[in-house]
Amino acid sequence: MSASTLRIALVGNPNCGKTALFNQLTGGRQKVANYAGVTVERKEGRFTAPSGRVLHILDLPGTYSLEANSPDEQITRDVCAGNYPGELPPDLIVCVADATNLRLHLRFVLEVRRLGRPVVLALNMMDTARARGIVIDVPELQRRLGLPVVETVAVKRGGARALIARVDGEVPPAAPVQPDDAASRADLHAQVRELLAATVRMPRATAALDDALDRWALHPVFGLAILAVVMFLVFQAVYAAGKPMSDLIGGAFGWLGEHVAVAMPAGPLQSLVVNGLFGGLGTVIGFLPVILVLFLFILTLEESGYLPRAAFLLDRLMLSVGLTGRSFIPLLSSFACAIPGIMGTRSIQDPRDRLATILIAPLMTCSARLPVYALLIGAFIPARKVGLFNLQGIVLFALYLAGILGAMAVGWVMKRLRRDKSEHALLMELPSYRMPKLRDVAIGLYERGAIFMRRLTGVILGLTVLMWFISTFPGPPVGATGPAINYSFAGYIGRGLQFIFAPIGFNWEISLALIPAFAARETAVAALATVYLVGGQSPGGLEHALAGQISLASALSLLVWFAYAPQCMSTLALIRRETNSWRNVAISFSYMFVLAYAASFIVYQLARLLS
Amino acid sequence: MRLSDLPKGAPAVVDRVDDAHAADPIAQRLRDLGFVAGEPVRVVAVGPMGGDPLLIQIGFTRFALRRAEAARVGVRSEAAA
Repeated sequence: MSASTLRIALVGNPNCGKTALFNQLTGGRQKVANYAGVTVERKEGRFTAPSGRVLHILDLPGTYSLEANSPDEQITRDVCAGNYPGELPPDLIVCVADATNLRLHLRFVLEVRRLGRPVVLALNMMDTARARGIVIDVPELQRRLGLPVVETVAVKRGGARALIARVDGEVPPAAPVQPDDAASRADLHAQVRELLAATVRMPRATAALDDALDRWALHPVFGLAILAVVMFLVFQAVYAAGKPMSDLIGGAFGWLGEHVAVAMPAGPLQSLVVNGLFGGLGTVIGFLPVILVLFLFILTLEESGYLPRAAFLLDRLMLSVGLTGRSFIPLLSSFACAIPGIMGTRSIQDPRDRLATILIAPLMTCSARLPVYALLIGAFIPARKVGLFNLQGIVLFALYLAGILGAMAVGWVMKRLRRDKSEHALLMELPSYRMPKLRDVAIGLYERGAIFMRRLTGVILGLTVLMWFISTFPGPPVGATGPAINYSFAGYIGRGLQFIFAPIGFNWEISLALIPAFAARETAVAALATVYLVGGQSPGGLEHALAGQISLASALSLLVWFAYAPQCMSTLALIRRETNSWRNVAISFSYMFVLAYAASFIVYQLARLLS
Repeated sequence: MRLSDLPKGAPAVVDRVDDAHAADPIAQRLRDLGFVAGEPVRVVAVGPMGGDPLLIQIGFTRFALRRAEAARVGVRSEAAA
């Protein structure tokens, strides 16, 4: 070969260890983007072979069949066939198969072989196969398949050496193109059986360890208890590690801003740098620890094989509200923050199920709502005992419950309203349990973090600066007595909004505080403190001031508003990024607005009647 | 007998996969996953709510199928075969 570069496409069934192999080959030299116009991840990496040749490796979405059922499977099919627009046909297809699961994976190998392109088969997880007593006659398999077969262990250092040597050598000749029709598809199974009978000896069908673990993990009672414990630990970790780090980052940027402020002359520029730039950066980077801690757990659970088990346990429940078992983890993550929750929906292959999950994820009570809840509950709900329980605690619980019930109701309504009522399958493989590999988890974490920083920093920063602008300009007139924000655009907007919000009991001060709260909910507390001119900013003082100025009915209405309101703008920006559509942003914003308004209206009017 | 009616743990063999409607992609995918005549299958576990979904062992692989999906697979009990 004189060519100095070679394009390789990596294909295989889900759970064949393809991505681990990709990570082994390319290390950190990966580029993750989306295929043009669709929200399917495109992963490409580079690798320099010993001969000096540069290999471009494309990690195609995993699929069970080239008979594509979803957008990501269509991409795999079209790239392999060499007719995906904007993607050059691969010089070589490396088909990865799990050596412990050849009955399923060999069928796909045969399907790929029929495309008539040069193919190399990588028998992955050979170490596990040997440990389980599986004996594969590789030379015979190679002879019968008519394509080069190499053994790999993607999770071991040097485990891809044989593959590298093979792809660095002569490109194997392509197998002849074969027709694809119903008869030949059925024939593939017969061929697989023949191949297995001739080349593979297997002592037993399943790993004893999987059987034993699944007896507990999928048990109707213990299984759910284990799931509850796992989720409890994840949340403990998010609040014990992620949240304090987020607060620390927010605090650090605030401190930095103050110090920069000292060095700058007072004026609009100083305010822009301190409140707009540093405030915005604090918000954006503050999300990062929560995202990373959550994804550390999600990736570990995914790598270990537990995630599909959780989906199995909860599928029925999720299906009843128009979702799928796979929606569970993203929705649960949304209790910490909707941003990692929505990013986590990438594990849902079905586009309709994924969109439904994205749309209801923001209804889960995220951690940013807690400061607002704490303030209002502290100011308005007496710390009285009701039976065994504390009334304040009951109200907080009711707000969480309101979010969950609201989400279930919205899911149910969406299921009724959508035009596509066809059956979407679960058809989910429960792979063998595996020890997660540090490298694969680390690369996954780095990718999530990088996606967030690269794609959202600009948007969130821009919106934060815009928010700063409308709450700062125009400045107060000479001799003004009220706080500056009252005279700004935000002040005008707040006064305008109060006509819309009067039926749900919001005065203009509250309406105004809703504007910065759109940037980040927790800033509503600071905004209320500003408009009510609370000096010292002690929380007790603000609670006292609020209790004097807002009626109980309005406060309850505001609590319910925060449970459902379309927020925050970072979430909406992410929905735009993840679904590639402004229409979905408009749908989320408007349905949540209507829901929040209706719920607040009912609560406000009822509370007024009763008091 | 349908795979969805098979008792947990009872050994059986796949007979055929029927399309629920014309050009049923779910039935096609089941066939691609190895639900073809003669393959031994077994229900390994059932979901905690309403016995749905089912965990099916076929070959060396375990798949979670909802009852509506499993109903597409006709099986015969291995004892009778």
